[in-house]
Amino acid sequence: MKKIVLIFVLLCLPFLAGGCGSDDRAELTVYNWGDYMDPEVIAQFEEEYNCRVNYETFTSNEDMYVKVKNSSDTYDVLVPSDYMIERLIQEEMLRPITKDNIPNLANIDASAQNLAFDPGNQYSVPYFYGVLGIVYNTAQVTDPVDSWNLLWNDKYASKILMYDSIRDSMGVSLKRLGFSMNETSEANINAARDALIAQKPLVMAYVTDNVKSLMASGDAAMAVVYSGDAAIIMSETDSLDFAVPKEGSNAFYDNFVIPKNAKNPELAEQFINFMLTPEIAAKNIEYVGYSSPNAPALALLDASWSENAGFNISKEDLARSEIFKDLPNDVMEIYNRAWTEINVSK
Amino acid sequence: MKSFKEYIAYPYGLWMLIFIAVPLLVVIWFSFLSNPDFKAGIYTFTLENYQQFMDPVYLELLYRSFLYAVIATLICFLIAYPLGNLIVSLPGHRQNMMIVLMIIPMWVNFLLRTYAWMVLLSGSGLISQFFRLLGFRDVSLLYTQSAVILGMVYNFFPYMLLPIYTSLKKIDPDLLRAATDLGANHFQMFLKIKIPLSLPGIVSGCMMVFMPAVSTFVISNLLGGGKYMLIGNLIEQQFLTLNNWNFGSAISMVLMTIIFLVLGIARLITGKELDTGGQLL
Amino acid sequence: MRKFFKNLAFGLILLFLYAPILVLIIYSFNDSKIMGPWAGFTLKWYVMLFQDRYILQALYYTLIIAVVATTVSTLVGTVSALGIYRMRSKLKRPYLLLNNIPVLVPDIVMGITLMSLFIFIGMKMGLTTIIIAHITFCIPYVILAVLPRFNRLPENIFEAALDLGATPRQAFWKVLFPEILPGVTSGALIAFTLSIDDFVISFFTAGNGVSNLSITIYSMAKAGINPKINALSTIMFGCIMVLLVLINIRSEKGIKNIQ
Repeated sequence: MKKIVLIFVLLCLPFLAGGCGSDDRAELTVYNWGDYMDPEVIAQFEEEYNCRVNYETFTSNEDMYVKVKNSSDTYDVLVPSDYMIERLIQEEMLRPITKDNIPNLANIDASAQNLAFDPGNQYSVPYFYGVLGIVYNTAQVTDPVDSWNLLWNDKYASKILMYDSIRDSMGVSLKRLGFSMNETSEANINAARDALIAQKPLVMAYVTDNVKSLMASGDAAMAVVYSGDAAIIMSETDSLDFAVPKEGSNAFYDNFVIPKNAKNPELAEQFINFMLTPEIAAKNIEYVGYSSPNAPALALLDASWSENAGFNISKEDLARSEIFKDLPNDVMEIYNRAWTEINVSK
Repeated sequence: MKSFKEYIAYPYGLWMLIFIAVPLLVVIWFSFLSNPDFKAGIYTFTLENYQQFMDPVYLELLYRSFLYAVIATLICFLIAYPLGNLIVSLPGHRQNMMIVLMIIPMWVNFLLRTYAWMVLLSGSGLISQFFRLLGFRDVSLLYTQSAVILGMVYNFFPYMLLPIYTSLKKIDPDLLRAATDLGANHFQMFLKIKIPLSLPGIVSGCMMVFMPAVSTFVISNLLGGGKYMLIGNLIEQQFLTLNNWNFGSAISMVLMTIIFLVLGIARLITGKELDTGGQLL
Repeated sequence: MRKFFKNLAFGLILLFLYAPILVLIIYSFNDSKIMGPWAGFTLKWYVMLFQDRYILQALYYTLIIAVVATTVSTLVGTVSALGIYRMRSKLKRPYLLLNNIPVLVPDIVMGITLMSLFIFIGMKMGLTTIIIAHITFCIPYVILAVLPRFNRLPENIFEAALDLGATPRQAFWKVLFPEILPGVTSGALIAFTLSIDDFVISFFTAGNGVSNLSITIYSMAKAGINPKINALSTIMFGCIMVLLVLINIRSEKGIKNIQ
């Protein structure tokens, strides 16, 4: 017993002695997706603007929403996706962006601006975008990868990875049946649910986290993933490719926003502007792997990126894809119940 | 001990009221509300959250969670009890060493250890390779019920071992010797002396494994690949993704009530007040 | 023969407990961001780890939280256990019941309820809230570990020491304290282990730039666990092991000296 106590006292001593000294630099609190920004870039910003960045991360839009909505904390910059931005705008939780303070907005391609969730980009500045598709092992998958039907092909039983998120998995099933990703009709939602229940015996797992290693090791033959994750896997492993099915898919846009109660909105705008600088944006692209609307940054990238199907999304694929809408509560309840039933089914 | 007065425990009583009792009451209160709007001051009292739970889909979940937790508890016990006996038979400083070795893995982050299991269990992982060498074909253990139960056993095993070890250690060796002298055989000694004397440790170990196992959501998520949802996942989903705190609270209350019932039964078995954690070391 | 099986049993159980840690160690040297096939030996994750302020900060907070929560809960828990032991009134049962609740309630419920409370009383989420939460779920374990020790003591041991001429201080430190010490240390150990391993409760009660290792790891999950974290675990595990061996060599020597 004494041994253990001694061990932990010895282990902790250096940390108690050291510790972070406080400083009086300006503070900026950023709440972003996990591993969605190169830490070097943040350090660079701190140095150039003589400030301190509190950097926190979340795993889903919903996690972020619950935390921002319910906690007494204030954040200066958030990076939610399209439908969540729509909800935040509706709930009047965001602060309009002063575009004059973000001259680098000129670097952003027009295709990523003025989208339905934030007309005129009053509240949000584009960061990354991507599209849901299928990453597959070219050695194992012999059929053409052009339809969501492939995920229902029992040739690949126990080799299929689905995406563990209500809207995404339901969206795949809805699209396959010819419905919208933002379907609101109960009958259609239930049809998509039944299709997923029928598919479940073929599915290896519903995951968001372990896709990379399972695809790299060949344990899984195909996986429903977002393009940027596919780009990273493909840059590390040969014999993988990425395709967006012809029925269409989900496209997302993750944008910077500033909450209404931000303590340091000026610095937040400087931060956003900094992230849009071509050199900085290029660094982030190489770290994150998602597609960027920052045209000058794309020119700085290594040639291998433009050949990466997960990074270089075609205009047609994007055009066929829908952006999620923030669905009303009663519709979400139908989705939730359907999802629980899928989860419970055998 | 009259020199010490009971009021030295009062500050902690206050602490418990604020940080344990009040929050718990809030959850109970939440579980009886439907779609409250606190800003507008609108809340209606309802039983619908509980009614909603009485749905075969959710009851099945509850059943599955209990089944898995019971299996995990049993396996832990079947490993920990003989192991505890082995450790007790070691010389004193070796005993300490062994116990320390059993605790240290818990200081490496629990999520990380679970991720590492995912690597070990996957089709290309070591364990599957091993099975393949033995002649089995293509066994991927990852994302199966076995993986979920293995995760529970792995993560909560020390909670079973420690109380059992403590209670076995307390048994006076002279008692066992006396029993042998009086002609008891190994089996009788085990059944009539060892088991009854270590019963508090066994019960407390079982509770310490059962409770986190029945409410886990991380293990079933990571090792079950979202295919083996448990009641903990349902609660987490209500609070985190669906933002339905009232239903989430109601499920939590149901789960807690059942846990208290189980505890009551355990108390009947041992015949005394249970100190769940007290037997830990 | 018996000894062989005994060692085999210990070997197997240790293999079971340490296998995942071995995996983490191996992958901390793998030259790929993916925990998949082996891609060559590298030390780059170790270099990158020491450049990553956020991971180091999370480690710092994890340890600070664990140390503060352990210290406070051990002190408060021990004193309160003494008070509860002395309770003859009707208070004792509700005390024990309330004390048992954090042990019995699922983590997620504890986390949510504490978060609602902090929001309700308008406390800013951060180091303070997370430490309060950890103290709240640690004290019950300390009390549950210490209380049986008091229950086992002879009724008037403290007064007997006083009668025999000990000062109150001596009576406490020389007589009472050694008796309860094993309970106190095991309570502290449980508290430390629970605090350092906790994810769920921390997740709900942390905020504004304060996050511990669990939260950091969890939020990385979507993009895949960064090998830097494996490198960190390897270093931490290495330190624990080195210390353990050193302490053990010393105590083995001590035993030999006595013999």
